[in-house]
Amino acid sequence: MDKIRYLIIGNSVAAVNCVEAIRGYDTTNDITIVSDEEPFNYSRPLLSYYLGGRITQERLPFVNRDFYEKHRVNLILGKRAERLDVSKKEVLLTDSTLLSCDRCLISVGGVPIVPPIEGFHDNIEGIFTFLKLKETKNLIDYIKRETIKDVVVLGGGLIGLKVVEGLVERGIKPTVIELMDRILANTFDKEASSIIEERLSQGGCKVIKEDTIQGIETKGGKISSIFLRSGKELTTSLLIIAVGVRPNLELVKGTPIRVDRGILVDRFMRTNIEDVYAAGDCAQGIDFLSKTNAVIAIWPVAARQGRTAGLNMSGITTEYPGLFAMNSVQIIDIPTISFGITNPPEEEGYEVLKRQDKTKGAYKKIVLKDSRVVGIILLNCIERAGVYGMLIREEIDVQDFKDQLLGDDFGLLVLPKDFRKHLVEGRGIVV
Amino acid sequence: MVKKRIVINEEYCMGCRVCEVYCVTQHSASKNILKAYKGEYPRPASAIVFEQKGHISFALQCRNCEEPPCVEACLTGAMYLDEEKGYVLHNRDKCVGCWMCIMVCPFGVIKPDLENKVVASKCDLCIEAEYPACVAHCPNEAIKLVEIDG
Repeated sequence: MDKIRYLIIGNSVAAVNCVEAIRGYDTTNDITIVSDEEPFNYSRPLLSYYLGGRITQERLPFVNRDFYEKHRVNLILGKRAERLDVSKKEVLLTDSTLLSCDRCLISVGGVPIVPPIEGFHDNIEGIFTFLKLKETKNLIDYIKRETIKDVVVLGGGLIGLKVVEGLVERGIKPTVIELMDRILANTFDKEASSIIEERLSQGGCKVIKEDTIQGIETKGGKISSIFLRSGKELTTSLLIIAVGVRPNLELVKGTPIRVDRGILVDRFMRTNIEDVYAAGDCAQGIDFLSKTNAVIAIWPVAARQGRTAGLNMSGITTEYPGLFAMNSVQIIDIPTISFGITNPPEEEGYEVLKRQDKTKGAYKKIVLKDSRVVGIILLNCIERAGVYGMLIREEIDVQDFKDQLLGDDFGLLVLPKDFRKHLVEGRGIVV
Repeated sequence: MVKKRIVINEEYCMGCRVCEVYCVTQHSASKNILKAYKGEYPRPASAIVFEQKGHISFALQCRNCEEPPCVEACLTGAMYLDEEKGYVLHNRDKCVGCWMCIMVCPFGVIKPDLENKVVASKCDLCIEAEYPACVAHCPNEAIKLVEIDG
């Protein structure tokens, strides 16, 4: 059995970035990717757009069809990595193929969280989670076949709201059930949540808070109604469980690879086992803001971690800078972008600036600590969002221009001149 | 490889905003300044972010980062690095308007078309023309084109 130089398990954004990074320095050694899914490539965050009917399946890939050939990747699709033997660096696939490698990246993503629900089992029709292409296709088929009109979405977090975004585009007005006292509780503050809740109900969606599904009832093998903890009963023909994802730890279970919530990695994306790396939604790497290891299951983190892993795997020692949580999600017609700590605990030295413009329906919030920006919420005013993100990443002292941060004309002009010049100086560019 | 980059100088900028007018014209269907502003709908958005406060002003375009965060964050592959020219370019047909690029661009120079849910404008250094329109029409050399070794 020939040894594979670089084995990548999983085929999403971390994997693609890892390949690109490796090929930047190593054009000779072989790369193999193993994925349990059939499509050659697709972008998971695009699934809500696919659900909404905005794009067709042909538009789901985020790299061209010839990407793998061009980068000379041996792509093994439709086979899951079942077992990992870290001492031998061997991976056993579902069809009993045994792959042996020098260096390995685990980028197997996350799995949907399914809370315990009485009467729930896999064979009930009309219950879906929302993560992968196959289940999304099944979901769309089901909506069409059964001409579904009434949908319950369990979970009012980012995934739940992405599902809502897709459903609304399809003309369906779902009921959202959220355990907390407001939706998007982990992403937004009270004001932002209430603006979104209001827009959802204006748009015909229902939001039920501080409640959850306790049991379900079926009719002819299909879901017919749900029972809430509060005692309420709702009839529904479709339930989408979109509570969230947790790191997929199946493959590393029973191995000596150290895990916490996710697979623990150092700043070089290395696990505690030599030559075994991890990146993306399954990994728990450094968080720029808290300076502790955290799972930040977002696309840019997976991309950067994958790239960092690829560089280190090919011998180019590179440190992962640590990113922070950031999200862009549109709710009905309200575009939103948020960064970092958006809802800081009181009395821990945080300072909050905020401004609501009711005529424009805009809301802006800035969270500061020690004169540095550590969190942002932008609702209906996302235009210069990245500049705020840059202030966080560069840890700029904003004391001198704090009063200008909330302005409509906020931009690079409010920054100190020296810093602005430094910022726009690219390689070879003087200003 | 020699790459082209646009350099700006805020000390020379007079705030005339002529660069924006010509940017719109260059990216219009007619490429005619009057028709672009009078007869075309939708009128293309300028790919320039103009900032002004008091006597300071400047017109900023995409900096074409060496390691562009917008390309890294793009969910669709719409934003890509053109290997040949070394520019960051945007493919409108692939864009779904997720605003990830807007979230990560440290210069805030990518503009959204919120209505049509697509990136409205992103400087392409006037790839179809000989010379970037903003550079060609800046009366005071506040916007210049330079060549760097990439």
